[in-house]
Amino acid sequence: MTENHSSDLPLGGETETALMAMADHIAEVVDGMAVSCAVIRGEIELRVNPADIPQVLTLLRGDRQAAFNQLIDLTAVDYPERESRFDVVYMLLSMDNNMRMRLVAAVAAGQAVPTVTHLYMAANWAEREVWDMFGIFFAGHPDLRRLLTDYGFEGHPLRKDFPLTGHVEVRYDDNQRRVVNEPVHLVQEFRDFDFLSPWEGMQTQIANTPARDDAEQKG
Amino acid sequence: MGIMDPAKAAPIPPGADQDAILRAVGDEITNRGFVIAKADKLFNWARSGSLWPMTFGLACCAVEMMHSAASRYDMDRYGMLFRPSPRQSDVMIVAGTLTNKMAPALRRVYDQMPEPRWVLSMGSCANGGGYYHYSYAVVRGCDRIVPVDVYVPGCPPTAEALIYGLLQLQKKIRRTATIARS
Repeated sequence: MTENHSSDLPLGGETETALMAMADHIAEVVDGMAVSCAVIRGEIELRVNPADIPQVLTLLRGDRQAAFNQLIDLTAVDYPERESRFDVVYMLLSMDNNMRMRLVAAVAAGQAVPTVTHLYMAANWAEREVWDMFGIFFAGHPDLRRLLTDYGFEGHPLRKDFPLTGHVEVRYDDNQRRVVNEPVHLVQEFRDFDFLSPWEGMQTQIANTPARDDAEQKG
Repeated sequence: MGIMDPAKAAPIPPGADQDAILRAVGDEITNRGFVIAKADKLFNWARSGSLWPMTFGLACCAVEMMHSAASRYDMDRYGMLFRPSPRQSDVMIVAGTLTNKMAPALRRVYDQMPEPRWVLSMGSCANGGGYYHYSYAVVRGCDRIVPVDVYVPGCPPTAEALIYGLLQLQKKIRRTATIARS
């Protein structure tokens, strides 16, 4: 193909410059609501306060130049050692610019995040899942029920302090003639799978390999 | 099943011996109009010859289950036809990871199956939780929910393995006393 795709591959200096320019533009668009805005490992990351999320998303969607008008994913990360232990993360895509960005807000346990279901229909189940897995409350959500876990499930499994095996297990009870919940009793001893993964174990080899030349990559 | 030699409990290969038996049975029907067989053997023959599995695919094992039903291995040869309703099926193939949330549904489907019924547990997850043994959401073996007749190991088991398991189940049915005595 002779056609030139200038925005094809996000590698090298040119795209980096475009991302930086977009990051600067975004910081301008959100107008003082940004806690920080930077290009981190070739991806735009905008950090805001949770209360500003709906307004920031509206601005990013409405701006003609940025046009981040697709919500790809909405999830959260748990950092138990931090004071505001959760990061709620919104993945956005701008089809017009062939660019992606990440909107991040730090949330404390018990702190509510305003819902964005009125902006993106896709946020409905995603927010339910985040509620289910992390216990982050979304204020104004039309139907904030658990999405994935069992009916009557207690706890939030993706929190780092949630035990892997959970608190209950199920069994069919012949006398009651129904499936009952019982405290977990492991017949087999718990096995810790904390061995070096092939990727983590290769750190020295990775460090010893010669650095990739960007010019060579492009050529 | 073939023609079995009752003394050796081994199939008689095609040939003069088999022909002699078939001719004897044929003669009996022509002369008397009926043959005599044991009722329980007849029941077992009928049951093992028309095992209708309940389609209960839960995860990737279901793909291998489909392979065993498709043209290459073709479970129809053994009279096994997948049924979409528990009320028409004899055997439930639990193919895949059984989660806590699915467990009551699985039990309900099992309860809706008419007697006599059998359960075949397919793959590591259904056998004992497998890869998800320590998970907070997975049942550590579907035998915690329903009684299991045959366990097929593997992750997932091949289509051949599932067919082998079903043939083992046929064998099990044939050697059980069908008429219950109280």
